[in-house]
Amino acid sequence: MSEPVISTAPQGAPASDSSDPVRALVAHADDNLVLAQRLGDWISRAPELEEDIALGNIALDHLGVARALYSHAGHLEGKGRTEDDFAMQRPEREFLNALLVEQPNGDFAHTMVRGLLFDAYQVELWTDLSGADDSTLAGIAGLALKEARYHLLHTSSWVIRLGDGTEESHRRAQAAVDALWRYTAELFEGAASEYHDIWRKVVGEVLDEARLQIPDDPYQRSGGRRGFHSEHLGPLLAEMQWMQRSHPGLEW
Amino acid sequence: MDAAQSSGAGMVMATAVLDLERARAVASRVVDPEIPVLTIADLGILRGVRIDGHRVVATITPTYSGCPAMLQIADDLRFALDGAGFDDVDVAIAHDPPWSSDWITQEGLEKLSGFGIAPPGGEIVCPQCRSGSARVVSRFGSTACKALMACTSCGEPFDHFKDF
Repeated sequence: MSEPVISTAPQGAPASDSSDPVRALVAHADDNLVLAQRLGDWISRAPELEEDIALGNIALDHLGVARALYSHAGHLEGKGRTEDDFAMQRPEREFLNALLVEQPNGDFAHTMVRGLLFDAYQVELWTDLSGADDSTLAGIAGLALKEARYHLLHTSSWVIRLGDGTEESHRRAQAAVDALWRYTAELFEGAASEYHDIWRKVVGEVLDEARLQIPDDPYQRSGGRRGFHSEHLGPLLAEMQWMQRSHPGLEW
Repeated sequence: MDAAQSSGAGMVMATAVLDLERARAVASRVVDPEIPVLTIADLGILRGVRIDGHRVVATITPTYSGCPAMLQIADDLRFALDGAGFDDVDVAIAHDPPWSSDWITQEGLEKLSGFGIAPPGGEIVCPQCRSGSARVVSRFGSTACKALMACTSCGEPFDHFKDF
């Protein structure tokens, strides 16, 4: 295993960080891998068959983006690390994903609210990166942008349907917003404030239509981008990595 | 340079051109594993075929980031080219520029329609009764590139290849 990717340099997202491009690629890949793994847990458990397929497809999009970014990071790094090395051979402290994506699925409203908060961020991120000087990254981002817009369409329409639905669905959707809001500022750490402003506007309009309130509590958590995670990432990685950890290099 | 050398070089050049054309034709005939009426050339997935010394390099691009068919397509390309006598084949994946459903050829769009999948670009028409009124049953269909629709005239469900 190569040296850890952790460095003390602050990470900027969604801006394309030129100070350490490998680290920035790995952070974005980690977001997508961890969310893909979370969403995969819904398969066979979603409220309806179509939603099972939708969540599976969204997870697959995120997994594909993660794979392309890891491969590209390995190529730029030039130390021979493969996508599998990044995904399967790093411990929790070296994962640079934002705390939001590692949060448990909770109920369906919780998963849809998490999706809305993240998808709105990713639309901005990929818009930005699709203009990157690095043409491979620009291509990956260009495709991911189209996918993220489609994901956002899906999650925002569900959040509206749930928030503006029954008393019970509204209660659950509001509880999800209250629980997850504290993980959103981290997505914009180090980025120009306009990114966060645009995101607040996009998300705010959906929440308004859904009759959901942004919590008053200003408390925000961060640390994921520096490898300091909540207690939820470890078990996720343990499940995802145990086969490769037990039998390194094992193939189907 | 004497005449024999010059004609020899010409021969090598001509063979290389023939090989390249043949490799392109073989690669273009590989079908998409999930929509087998379409070739990868119809879909715009096949970006290019070139000959690099003794090696054939076929370049493909993913339709969706997570398209699980990419590995299968790469294998099918190697198998097809190997079967045509090219024993040194490399399949490269290009990300830039990103794929778009606009790259599906006219022939590809017609094949999709004939296969019962409403093609992207323009109005969504029921492949059964040709009615232009349909509703979305599910934004996500049997593969990443399709959504599930239902015709509001004849009631038949059908796939729509999404504009992407």
